[in-house]
Amino acid sequence: MSIIVENITKYYGSYQALTNINLEIESGELIALLGPSGSGKTSLLRIIAGLEQAENGNILFNEENYTHKHVKDRNVGFVFQHYALFRNMTIFDNIAYGLKVRPRKIRPSKKEIEQKVIELLQLVKLEGYKERYPSQLSGGQRQRVALARALAVEPNILLLDEPFGALDAKVRKELRRWLRRLHDEFNVTSVFVTHDQEEAMDVADRVVIMNEGKIEQVGTPEEVYDHPINPFVYDFLGSVNLFKGNVQQGKLVSGNVEMNAPDSEDGVSTGYVRAHNFIIEREASGNDSIASNIDHIHSLGAIVRIEVIRQDTNEPLEIELTKEQYTLLELKKGERVFVRPKELRVFVDYMAGI
Amino acid sequence: MEQDHTVVAKTNGPVIMTKNATKEPKLIQWILISIVLLFLTLFLVVPLIAIFVKAFEKGADAYLAAIAHPDSLAAIKLTLIVVLITVPLNAVFGVVAAWTITKYDFRGKNFLITLIDLPFSVSPVIAGLIFVLLFGLHGALGTVLQSLGLKVIFSIPGIVIASIFITFPFIARELIPLMQSQGTSEEEASLTLGAGGFKTFWYVTLPNIKWGLLYGVILCNARTIGEFGAVSVVSGHIRGMTNTMPLHIEILYNEYQFSAAFAVASMMSIFAIITLIIKSIIEWKTDFKSTKAS
Amino acid sequence: MTIMTEGKRKNKRTIPGFGLTMGFTLMYLTIIVLIPLSMVFLNTFSMGLPEFWSTITEPRVIASYKLSFMTALTAAFVNAVFGVLIAWVLTRYSFPGKRIIDGLVDLPFALPTAVAGITLTTLYSPNGWIGQFFSFKIAFTPVGIIIALIFIGLPFVVRMVQPVLENIEKGMEEASASLGANRMQTFIKIIFPELIPAILTGFALSFARALGEYGSVVFIAGNMPFKTEISPLIIMTKLEQYDYEGATAVAAVMLVITFLILFTINVLQWWTGKRYSGK
Repeated sequence: MSIIVENITKYYGSYQALTNINLEIESGELIALLGPSGSGKTSLLRIIAGLEQAENGNILFNEENYTHKHVKDRNVGFVFQHYALFRNMTIFDNIAYGLKVRPRKIRPSKKEIEQKVIELLQLVKLEGYKERYPSQLSGGQRQRVALARALAVEPNILLLDEPFGALDAKVRKELRRWLRRLHDEFNVTSVFVTHDQEEAMDVADRVVIMNEGKIEQVGTPEEVYDHPINPFVYDFLGSVNLFKGNVQQGKLVSGNVEMNAPDSEDGVSTGYVRAHNFIIEREASGNDSIASNIDHIHSLGAIVRIEVIRQDTNEPLEIELTKEQYTLLELKKGERVFVRPKELRVFVDYMAGI
Repeated sequence: MEQDHTVVAKTNGPVIMTKNATKEPKLIQWILISIVLLFLTLFLVVPLIAIFVKAFEKGADAYLAAIAHPDSLAAIKLTLIVVLITVPLNAVFGVVAAWTITKYDFRGKNFLITLIDLPFSVSPVIAGLIFVLLFGLHGALGTVLQSLGLKVIFSIPGIVIASIFITFPFIARELIPLMQSQGTSEEEASLTLGAGGFKTFWYVTLPNIKWGLLYGVILCNARTIGEFGAVSVVSGHIRGMTNTMPLHIEILYNEYQFSAAFAVASMMSIFAIITLIIKSIIEWKTDFKSTKAS
Repeated sequence: MTIMTEGKRKNKRTIPGFGLTMGFTLMYLTIIVLIPLSMVFLNTFSMGLPEFWSTITEPRVIASYKLSFMTALTAAFVNAVFGVLIAWVLTRYSFPGKRIIDGLVDLPFALPTAVAGITLTTLYSPNGWIGQFFSFKIAFTPVGIIIALIFIGLPFVVRMVQPVLENIEKGMEEASASLGANRMQTFIKIIFPELIPAILTGFALSFARALGEYGSVVFIAGNMPFKTEISPLIIMTKLEQYDYEGATAVAAVMLVITFLILFTINVLQWWTGKRYSGK
């Protein structure tokens, strides 16, 4: 089922949580809403579910207007941040709940419900746990029960609020792979909220990056990572180095360094370079070579993170090399080197003149 | 002791302080415990024992005769009737009010809670008075009631409504903090799964609050049985007709039938002790403790 | 009364039933509490100020206010001191029978006040089990009233302070000890300040209850005008003499005092909430 979010605006008192949100989600997609806390991503998810009402705008499922439909009639599967399992019911009853509360006419028979629940328990690999209560399960197990419970009603769409937020790192990784496989198998349109960029990039077909109640960028993980459209997205995804300076005739001048910025307007600007987009050399090779001293070297498995201090401005830069490159260069702490950006994006500082 | 070990592990401090870092010397402990036990014995235990001793002062036959007296039986019956009307009504109100206050956001919530708490602080005598002013012969609705041939004051309806007023906040007050701590996410989950408001309440909310509800019902019940001041004002003390158990005790006592008074009192004390036992069982079972003295 | 805020668009609340449950709550509250209570003030207004004033300033009535106020205050104070001590012993120490004692603390809430009244009177009368040991009279004097009020107000402070003591972070006390404070210093400087809001709230609740108490006091007081006649009894006496206006006037004064106490409790709770929940 496709989802269209049209001009959604939401206030909490005088605080504007969402401003004119527009978003189209295609049937069968797996979408991540990514942003820092307070960016409005959870509000948007809850408005799609019908758990909250927007002041303005519409929500369409399969091009049908669902804005005024009550949450219980939307047939969405919602997985809550802290799972919200019914504490007074067994795992079996939790999963069966959505089927048991249907009006008598469309309620499956007891046998059908039982069969369905057992199927789902197998799917989430908790067959032996059906008589237990939520408090007797681990976080990861509860998470899987919450998913099974949401899937039991064969929802039009699946909405997940920080689904892995409360789990430890190892379980998180396992569960998000599993969610991806599950999605590929059921092919139900899914939207999940996360503040963890790695999680969003790893799992989602497309990522919606949100900030202060607005959508900053929508795109595939590659698009948003490789072609951020504004400084916020650049800054939010991955580590990035900033070169504050001035653009004059296609060149960004920062400190003693001149870097090519052919398509940029003149004026106060900032250059953005990802940590892995640097070359380290022993000799200067042009105006964009930055004389620096190596301050720290951290080896993190396959990559090596090197912190250098620019000699002209005394500002630190963070550079990532592969282990191979690093070994080849034989870098040492305290050594003087030249650092050259491979890829630079320049954004004019609109705020600078004000 | 276990606690001492954790202290050592946590602070890693010098050995001298770890032993008694957060404990008083044994002697002080025992002095404090003794003071408390003496105080509670004097104020709680001795009176409780006295009730039963005085009740049986003239022997078991006199005891049974006092309780089996028609006036006593009528008082017991009336008290039961009052409880059977008051407690269910206030239970329904308590659940609905707690649901309204904890499941929705609205302006004036704290003011509403204060209004619900109000009867806790109103003197029982005033609680009786207000219903006399409302339903009494010269009251606001007095002439209307008289023309309809209805009698509220000096009859059972008056006793019931005064009891409802006095015990009005008990159940709501137990449920509000409990439901607040449980939040609304289970209800929301139920709605996303297609259940309506009533099914959500019945299958999700009610089972979650059942112990808290029972706790409130027990307290409400105890207070209803024992209410004296308010009922005393509205009842008219008509023997065998509008005398509840506490009023009956008063009459017996004022007529110097001490043993009979204490016999009825001992029955009520047994109710009170059963109340305390059920209350403690709920507390142990659920870790749920009333934080608000009621 | 505007209780709900409407957005520009009719803002549906997610959980259904708001109108129904709010309507029922307000209706029940209005019928059982608000309309009846308002009768006191309506009747007071209709009696005229001079008459009202002369009723509530009768010497016998004034004496009853003084007596009610002093005895309630004394009892609440005793309960505050022993309440903290009881709560402390129940949360910090272990001794045989502790659970039974803990359960028994609520006896005054569960035991009918009339039963408490006749029992305490019997115990403290000059030839009673306890009264015989004292050279002065306890029952039928203000001391007897105070004892009855201590009994009925006993659980308030204990039950307010107990959960606070249970939840005090052990680490704070350990930190205090590790910085060289002795037990007494730790209690006065670290633990006691944490307990103050709970003690004050418990004290206020106990005081409010004691001011209005009737059942347990009426037996032990002796009810002598000017000496042992409490304000609720004045109301009762006036009612029995069919002096409804007089009873209402005294009730109005007591209600105003009660509202002031309630207001104080709310301010206390607001103040402590602000002080301790601030980030």
